[in-house]
Amino acid sequence: MSLYRDTGVVLRVQKLGEADRIITLITRNHGKVRAVAKGVRRTTSRLGARVEPFAHVDVQFYTGRTLDVITQVQTIDAFGAGIVGDYQRYTSACAVLETADRMSAEEGEPVLRLYLLVGGALRALADGTRDPSLVLDAFLLRALAFAGWSPALSECARCGDPGPHRAFSIQAGGSVCPRCKPPGSASPTHEVLTLMAALADGTWAVAERATDAARREASGLVAALLQWHLERQLRSLPLVERRRP
Amino acid sequence: MYEGPVQDLIDELGRLPGVGPKSAQRIAFHLLGAEPADVTRLQEALQKVKEGVVFCDVCGNVSEESTCRICRDARRDPSAVCVVEEPKDVLAIERTREFKGRYHVLGGALDPLSGIGPEQLRIRQLLSRIGSQEITEVILAMDPNTEGEATATYLVRMLRDFPGLTVTRLASGLPMGGDLEFADELTLGRALSGRRTV
Ligand SMILES: [Zn+2]
Ligand SMILES: [Zn+2]
Repeated sequence: MSLYRDTGVVLRVQKLGEADRIITLITRNHGKVRAVAKGVRRTTSRLGARVEPFAHVDVQFYTGRTLDVITQVQTIDAFGAGIVGDYQRYTSACAVLETADRMSAEEGEPVLRLYLLVGGALRALADGTRDPSLVLDAFLLRALAFAGWSPALSECARCGDPGPHRAFSIQAGGSVCPRCKPPGSASPTHEVLTLMAALADGTWAVAERATDAARREASGLVAALLQWHLERQLRSLPLVERRRP
Repeated sequence: MYEGPVQDLIDELGRLPGVGPKSAQRIAFHLLGAEPADVTRLQEALQKVKEGVVFCDVCGNVSEESTCRICRDARRDPSAVCVVEEPKDVLAIERTREFKGRYHVLGGALDPLSGIGPEQLRIRQLLSRIGSQEITEVILAMDPNTEGEATATYLVRMLRDFPGLTVTRLASGLPMGGDLEFADELTLGRALSGRRTV
């Protein structure tokens, strides 16, 4: 039996048999790991509360024949506590987890950068000091960059002609010049592209000055870019509560 | 891979919750060797559950008639409604004998990762029930896990604006991360009697 230890964020939990769960984690050093947590659904389990979604944990695993098994868990950050008490934060955080799960398709492939992005986004959502919708869009833009799908926000995505340009094409990969512009391109305002650039590089002072209209439009473009690249629809993204009613 | 019907059976069994590929294989071969009468009984039970069981028009619990036994029972307190995720949670709470009111079964918890939002649950029915009946107290009895907590959060917000309505949550004592159905009666009973206003 071989043991290993890593830190990770719980992305997903699935029921297994009577009382076990399969826990999917994005880890610092071992990429995405799917492992069994035994007996955690019994309300007497000490392990259970520690391997819930959003938890940032220090885990010991042993290598099993099909799935690894979780033997010990210590909580590093209980992000869930600051997230589940607010429905907007909860739905945004779910979209963070699902995106991370989808972008780390191969188990074991290192995804350190994505792991750090997930931790940062959940920390910001749990703290609650920033608009959850902005936190989510910043995460999604950076996750797109991690996957090599950064949208062009100033230069033309096709010919590289320095912008700014009026047209924006999801299929072309961002801003497009009048010559390269495919039919059906969007035409976001300059403020929307400025907001997206600020979110991508973490210039919060600029991002937080954006109007509600610009935030809404940027969210729409980011969601469309993500869907385009991931091909299959994210389940959680349409359920994200964007503005507090 | 096995041939034709055997593999079909293994595949179907494997889609059931909690049944892995190995268990599916084991059950399939058990059925293959079972007495024809036993298989027929199982077949009939499966058929009946799809044809004979309906969901209560009022509370959403499984029922044999259009209104369930608890909703029909005049001795139950109509002013208190306990909101749960699944029909099995109604059974768990009934076993405690702590609760004399009625139920509302949501049909699950808010779980965006599985594509389940407010529209996929019986939340609208809960709100119209509260708006039109003499309900003065709602007890939120979700599973003590992340999806359950988030569901309670959402419901608290939706229920805040009903005048004169008391909204309570099951008291802690139920550890996070578990399923309500695994709580022992003592713990669950204590959690019910110690519920608090939120
Ligand atoms: Zn161009
Ligand atoms: Zn009923």
